[in-house]
Amino acid sequence: MPMAASEIERLIKASIPDAEVTIRDLAGDGDHYAARVVSRSFEGMSRIRQHQAIYAALGGRVGGELHALQLETAVPQPEINQ
Amino acid sequence: MSDAQNRIDELVKNNDVVLFMKGTALFPQCGFSSRAVAILDRLGVSYETVDVLQDPEIRQGIKQYSDWPTVPQLYVKGEFVGGSDIMMEMFESGELQQLIGAKV
Repeated sequence: MPMAASEIERLIKASIPDAEVTIRDLAGDGDHYAARVVSRSFEGMSRIRQHQAIYAALGGRVGGELHALQLETAVPQPEINQ
Repeated sequence: MSDAQNRIDELVKNNDVVLFMKGTALFPQCGFSSRAVAILDRLGVSYETVDVLQDPEIRQGIKQYSDWPTVPQLYVKGEFVGGSDIMMEMFESGELQQLIGAKV
């Protein structure tokens, strides 16, 4: 069942409050998304743990209600002062 | 451990590089599985694949085994590496080559 991008963003932010979330609808069908999530809370976590944190935030929808969610995670980079 | 978990555990432990996927390496049935196969082919390593579409128990069981909701899933020397997004990131950074090269 399709899911709105705004709903995905809301759920991720509900459990990872500092997350910067960018979502692209890959196929225009509300069922194939790519999300980039940047959060300080990812610091020191393996990529697997970072993705698992997002899957947990989405409460079991990934792989079911939400067929495909391409994920990219990152820790915010400190600004470089020159 | 249930029967399915035991079978998955054996597949993971008995194969240095094993990809749980939808379809086969020759005929992947999903874009993400296809991408995972393409990455492994680029690395030029030998690997086993398990088609979860042929086995509902493994299809369900693999999600619990790794606490990961989607397929494909790559395991190297008994360790869960990730899905196709992580494979792609690690391939682009050279980490995957290192991981597989160093371990196989």
